Amino acid sequence: MATSYDPVALAAAVAAIGVLTYACRLSFIALFGRLDEIPAGVERLLRFVPAAVLAALVLPSFVTLDAAAFAPDKFVAGALAAGVAWKTEDVFATMATGMGVLWAVRFLF
Amino acid sequence: MDTSAFRRGARDAVPLLLGIVPFGLVAGIAAVNAGFGLATAVGLSVVVFAGASQIAALELLGQDAPLTVVVATAVVINLRYLMYSASIAPYFREFTARWKAALAYVLTDQAYAISVASYRSDRPVDRKWYYLGAAVTLWAVWQVTTVAGALLGTGVPDAWGLEFAIPLVFLAILVPAIEDRASAVAAVVGGALAVLGAGLPLNLGLLVGSAVGITAGVVTESVWGASDGD
Repeated sequence: MATSYDPVALAAAVAAIGVLTYACRLSFIALFGRLDEIPAGVERLLRFVPAAVLAALVLPSFVTLDAAAFAPDKFVAGALAAGVAWKTEDVFATMATGMGVLWAVRFLF
Repeated sequence: MDTSAFRRGARDAVPLLLGIVPFGLVAGIAAVNAGFGLATAVGLSVVVFAGASQIAALELLGQDAPLTVVVATAVVINLRYLMYSASIAPYFREFTARWKAALAYVLTDQAYAISVASYRSDRPVDRKWYYLGAAVTLWAVWQVTTVAGALLGTGVPDAWGLEFAIPLVFLAILVPAIEDRASAVAAVVGGALAVLGAGLPLNLGLLVGSAVGITAGVVTESVWGASDGD
């Protein structure tokens, strides 16, 4: 669907998202320059950031508790791609499996 | 400039490009579908340079959601950069403020993951140029593919489900991040809570899942210890 917002409003939204996103990226990189060490407690938290955040980004795309929105093609493709990712740790193999299975389930069955 | 470190970073980013290319195409197509012109679409990619938030913002703009909701959703998705920023900050400590400002602009999930993995390995590497090799490659390919997606426009049928490439990219980065029992617990708890909270506004499911997942990882580690890597 096309937006009804005028170009000025869109530009303002883009600028706001851009500035705030950059602030997140720069935050600790700029801040930690004035500190000697990351506190041990913070470092222990950070170790789990990639696993927790990436899983929270990924899993809702494969699984949903909303029965009406459940997509078996995405569930099967996601599960098989996860298996391939685990076996190979290869980005292309994971993508190829996921998209290939999605299309197979969607177009062949 | 350390060209060999730059080249090594760029080379290590190449396998990830297979995930970035469809992701960038999807972001470009989403921009056109939301009614963006080519200039605005490119502006979004250059100014924000964060795919998941770009696509989420475009989806909401297409529905004429309030601009505050659009901005808040995109920024919430990008709050994870705070954590990447903190995690990579010690490796950038000795650089000048100007370099830090430049390095921060190209910080992405992939550049972060590649670089920190390299810094933690035993191989010595020029940290700045290795990071730039990976991050600038990812940036350039992202810009080119979003432009290509915007030009292709609506030519790719919806039935292909090209947007499904996005979680597959994240999945391929997630699996190597699960390196022991504690990080596995962090992933399972984070993912499960995000699924439970998927209907919540402002992507709260993502935020709550991430925060509780991290906490669960820390708790697991302090109860069972860190070492059982398998």
